[in-house]
Amino acid sequence: MTVPELHEITLRVNGVAYRTRVPARRLLSDCLRHDLGLTGTHVGCEHGVCGCCTVLVDGQPARSCLMFAVMAEGCEVTTVEGLAAPDGTLSAVQRAFAECHGLQCGFCTPGFLTVLTAFLTENPKPTEEEVVEAISGNLCRCTGYQNIVAAALRAAEILREERAEEIVAAGDGDGAEPERAREEAAE
Amino acid sequence: MTRLFGSPIPRLEDERLVSGRGRYLDDLGRGALAAAFVRAPHAHARIVDVDVTDALDIDGLVAVYTWEDLPGKLAEPLPLLIPHPALTHPKTGYPLAREEVNHVGEPVVMVVARDRYVAEDACDRIRVTYDPLPPVVTIEDAVRAEHLVHEEVPGNVAAHLVQENGDARAAIAAAPHTLELDLDIQRSASMPMEGRGVYARWDAEDGSLRVYTSTQTSTSVRAAIAAKLDLPLHKVEVVVPDVGGGFGVKIMHPWPEEVLIPWAARLLGREIKWTEDRREHFISSAHERRQLQKVRVGFDDAGRVLGLDVEIWHDNGAYTPYGVIVPIITSTQLLGPYKPGAYRVEFRSLYTNTVMVTPYRGAGRPQGVYAMERTLDAIADYLGKDRAEVREVNFVKPEEMPYDHGLVFQDGRPLVYDSGDFAASLRLLKELVGWDDFESYREQARAQGRRVGIGIACYVEGTGVGPYEGGHVLVEPSGRVMVSTGLTTQGQGHHTVFAQIVADELSVPIEQVHVTTGDTRLFGYAVGTFASRAAVMSGNAIALAAREVRAKALKIAGEALSRDPEDLEIVAGAVRAKDDPDTALDLATVAVLSNPLRYAFDEAAKRATQFAVTDTSKPPVPEGEKPGLEATAYYSPPRSTFANGMHAAIVETDPDTADIKILRYCVVHDCGRMINPRIVAGQIHGGVAQGVAGALYERIVYDENGQLLNASFMDFLMPYATEVPKIEHAHLETSSPLNPLGIKGAGEAGVIPVSALLASAIEDAEGFRITRMPISPSDLWHLRQRFAAGEIEPLHRASRRETA
Amino acid sequence: MKPPPFTYHAPTTVGEALGVLAELGPEGKVLAGGQSLIPLLNMRLAVPPHLVDINRIPELAYVRVDAGGVRVGALARHAELERHAGAYQAVPLLRQALQLVAHPVIRNRGTTVGSIVHADPAAEMPAVLALLGGTVELARKDRRRTVGAADFFLGPLESCLEPGELALAVHFPHLPGRTGTAFVELARRHGDYALAGLAAAVTLDEDLRVAHARAAYVGVAPVPLVVDLTDAVRGVSAAGERSWTLAGRLAQSEVQPEADIHATAEYRRHLVGVLTARALHQAAQRALPEPGPDRTETTP
Repeated sequence: MTVPELHEITLRVNGVAYRTRVPARRLLSDCLRHDLGLTGTHVGCEHGVCGCCTVLVDGQPARSCLMFAVMAEGCEVTTVEGLAAPDGTLSAVQRAFAECHGLQCGFCTPGFLTVLTAFLTENPKPTEEEVVEAISGNLCRCTGYQNIVAAALRAAEILREERAEEIVAAGDGDGAEPERAREEAAE
Repeated sequence: MTRLFGSPIPRLEDERLVSGRGRYLDDLGRGALAAAFVRAPHAHARIVDVDVTDALDIDGLVAVYTWEDLPGKLAEPLPLLIPHPALTHPKTGYPLAREEVNHVGEPVVMVVARDRYVAEDACDRIRVTYDPLPPVVTIEDAVRAEHLVHEEVPGNVAAHLVQENGDARAAIAAAPHTLELDLDIQRSASMPMEGRGVYARWDAEDGSLRVYTSTQTSTSVRAAIAAKLDLPLHKVEVVVPDVGGGFGVKIMHPWPEEVLIPWAARLLGREIKWTEDRREHFISSAHERRQLQKVRVGFDDAGRVLGLDVEIWHDNGAYTPYGVIVPIITSTQLLGPYKPGAYRVEFRSLYTNTVMVTPYRGAGRPQGVYAMERTLDAIADYLGKDRAEVREVNFVKPEEMPYDHGLVFQDGRPLVYDSGDFAASLRLLKELVGWDDFESYREQARAQGRRVGIGIACYVEGTGVGPYEGGHVLVEPSGRVMVSTGLTTQGQGHHTVFAQIVADELSVPIEQVHVTTGDTRLFGYAVGTFASRAAVMSGNAIALAAREVRAKALKIAGEALSRDPEDLEIVAGAVRAKDDPDTALDLATVAVLSNPLRYAFDEAAKRATQFAVTDTSKPPVPEGEKPGLEATAYYSPPRSTFANGMHAAIVETDPDTADIKILRYCVVHDCGRMINPRIVAGQIHGGVAQGVAGALYERIVYDENGQLLNASFMDFLMPYATEVPKIEHAHLETSSPLNPLGIKGAGEAGVIPVSALLASAIEDAEGFRITRMPISPSDLWHLRQRFAAGEIEPLHRASRRETA
Repeated sequence: MKPPPFTYHAPTTVGEALGVLAELGPEGKVLAGGQSLIPLLNMRLAVPPHLVDINRIPELAYVRVDAGGVRVGALARHAELERHAGAYQAVPLLRQALQLVAHPVIRNRGTTVGSIVHADPAAEMPAVLALLGGTVELARKDRRRTVGAADFFLGPLESCLEPGELALAVHFPHLPGRTGTAFVELARRHGDYALAGLAAAVTLDEDLRVAHARAAYVGVAPVPLVVDLTDAVRGVSAAGERSWTLAGRLAQSEVQPEADIHATAEYRRHLVGVLTARALHQAAQRALPEPGPDRTETTP
């Protein structure tokens, strides 16, 4: 039997360029996990329903089990390993999940974290309903979702606080900006 | 130092898990060969021929195995894990099917290849010829016994068990009122987000095997592998990595793959990994729940149950490796917080050509609670009484504890409740949900053209079943406290709660405590994680071990400080004199001193070497003592503890579409003393979500040929965030007198009463009886049609409401 | 669940794509968003020898609003169309429907044209195209053609797309003035394919009474089924609450629902009645000159 053709691809994942050779059918999820060793992205169904394998492709959440690795050539992929700051400081979403007990077994968690990371960038002040809609494509079998929703809202709060602090830190001293930022964060 | 026991601290596991640093089964063994299976496409068939020729030239194929290739004990049927005298006709499958397949999904051929893609290519090309046999799919088919699942099992009956306390039939006959109910509860499944998986490495030079498996029991998988592969136990290590949820399906063991993968790894001298995919999980991993029930009940004018006679037909699927645990639990836990005058229960456990049935969170309790709670609702309706009131008159009272039901529980021990205050729980629940104000809310809703209903359901859950668990606590010379227990963890936060216990017992900062679970290299004696037992069993064992370590630390420090251990205490990781805080030794030093040394490997160790010790009158390790600041302890309870809870819900049913919506969901929960209320709440949330799933969404559907029609997340409707209601809850803590920590167990609680509860609430909204769960909008709409056609009797209270 | 092997082609222009497709004929399958195709591949329910990935053809990634309506290129993702303010203004039904298409993450990758070409009778976007009387622009190496929705959908998962053909775009025409639309469906879980549902358009006359009413149904016929409901509701006041049930009954007589594990055929037919009334009512409200705030409730 013939050996399948391999495609040489370059994937940018979490800011790092990886060069690898894959068969065309290699799912992005498998490539990330088994070729690049980034096992934080989990595989729960391989038919696009559970959301465990969600990563960010050019900033947008996508199912990595519904993409071939060859399709991601030239894209910027972010996995759960890329959410924390380079020094290891957890992102607001990650911290909020720990703080609110938004995970139990942790298997679905990377999918929720990536989805919410993108969502909160677009919608920094979501309502509870908007959060539920945002995570409506991710299954969790452990938590009953209640604490995940709470974590998302808490993450939004942390992000707003951080933004306010940044503005304060960068403020020119007239006091008006930080005031406004603090008010926003408090809302 | 503040006590950690009882405090809702964040979990120690989470930093790792939110960073993508979890290590689940498929994250291990990069570069291992992959296994895949050819699985039976028929529910019942004889295997005529297996032709692998077409697969052989696939590049990357390593090996293909059928039953014929299996040596020795591996060729025998898999073990019957829990024998029971009533299980007169047990049947277990072979690791690879021999001659016959008994359900779609049964493994027939194992393929090992370079990777999973290639392994699946090979599976596609293997031709198995079958001679189909007539399948037995439903309980009704099994009872009819026109066809048999196993030729040698007459009537398809695996087990038949009767338990009776008092003369229930006579009591019913003599009762002022009687009712009869026919109930039906459908098949569902645990469905963890991570399927099963096994990864094995054979060390040829050492003659040893390391097996990683996504299981709920490490020690028993180890024992099974050692037995099947004829290896000394100490040459088999089973390590349980992070587990992506279990919910019962992973307590079943050894799965065929758990013995086949290690066997092939040894045979080929290669690392092999098998990661179950979602389709495989649906068609080959265990299911649960399906039962038919017939209830006859006699009661008095107050609604007090005088006699209860329940007959259960339990679908156990194609095999019974896990025995009859599920129907035993159904038949005993059915009693809930109540004391029927006399009780008789009879079950038949029946074979069908479907995936085997083993415990799924709740493990038979949801079905039992369903039978009992439906019955109490029917009694209340018949008498025109408040449903909560009828429950209350039947409660076991706190002063009656311990309460003996006169039955044998799933652990073979008497069914005796240890504690609980059911009336107090009910009061709390009624207040939480606004039970007494509901009728006015119903009227308001009705005026708006809306249809709402309220329900209530209570349960008692036998938790913390034996036989035992152990714990090991070791203080390292670094001061690090290493804790291990043999049972496994799959998301319950055990590492946190066990660390909380140890941190308190040893008065050390929790950051210093490191917990390992489910690793036979560290702890070889264990049972497993199921039946809401981990906190009770290992929690207490670890506490006892920590107490021993504490005593030993005080003793060693006493000698070093020349003080009576009685005068010492441990504060913030240091042993010090109660009357003189400056006279102190930190635990790290005590750990060093606990181990008399000849060789100093670092500065601290110098204190324990032979020339540093001044008292030469005694042997360095006194008689009866052991070196090391460590202890192992076991906790083995006399019998189960019994947690309890009560749920209430308000539902709205759309008068036109029959869509069902939960408006409020309230829980009162009593699991004894809580180690970490935040984790307990999480367990409840998750349990309720699975309960709601099982009541309104999920159902395993087989067609008449035994084909599973919804083996995907597209059609097996696991709820998303959009389907799960918000849960309001309150706790009651009645300490268990059975164990040192007074805890009970909370793992399964949330799921147990939900089907009963939602049936109660929906029928309250609709005005006619609901007897089959789960229920979909389509089902409800058809019930309405039948009700309108006069084929279903109205609830008495509905007609009373009409006439009122 | 790993896809079978296939040969991968990634053309970068439409011309190149058409060349490859012409060469492959029935052996070639177009891969766009992949949200329907890749699950089928992973389950090995589809085994195409060649996949032609059009994701590298930027000229197909557009949403354009023109005088006649909204033109959507083959690479425009659902999410892009859903967020496109101009498209919403021109054809509000697009967003009303897209909010019901699976989940946000799926909409990030899935393409509207792909969904239409997939021709799932339970899917929302084919019904939208059918209701609006839109068109699909198809191209083959040697031929281009534009097919109306009525001729495009042939059966469940079957369109008139021929081997070697690529759907370049779909065009959603906008509706006349005083027309309101709604998409109403009932799904078991939010985001699932509906048990039954419909896209509805109601046009009012000068007296704000129904002049014209049409609906396209999902999940209750082999193709998106368009039913003219005008006869049942002509002259009904848009402000009224009741009077819509007759339309429901008319629709019930037209649909051909089937049973599956989630619902019986009778129940689906019943739903058609209920949901039709709700959708028409909603659409009529939106057709009023000063409509209230846009309500695109997802639950009926």
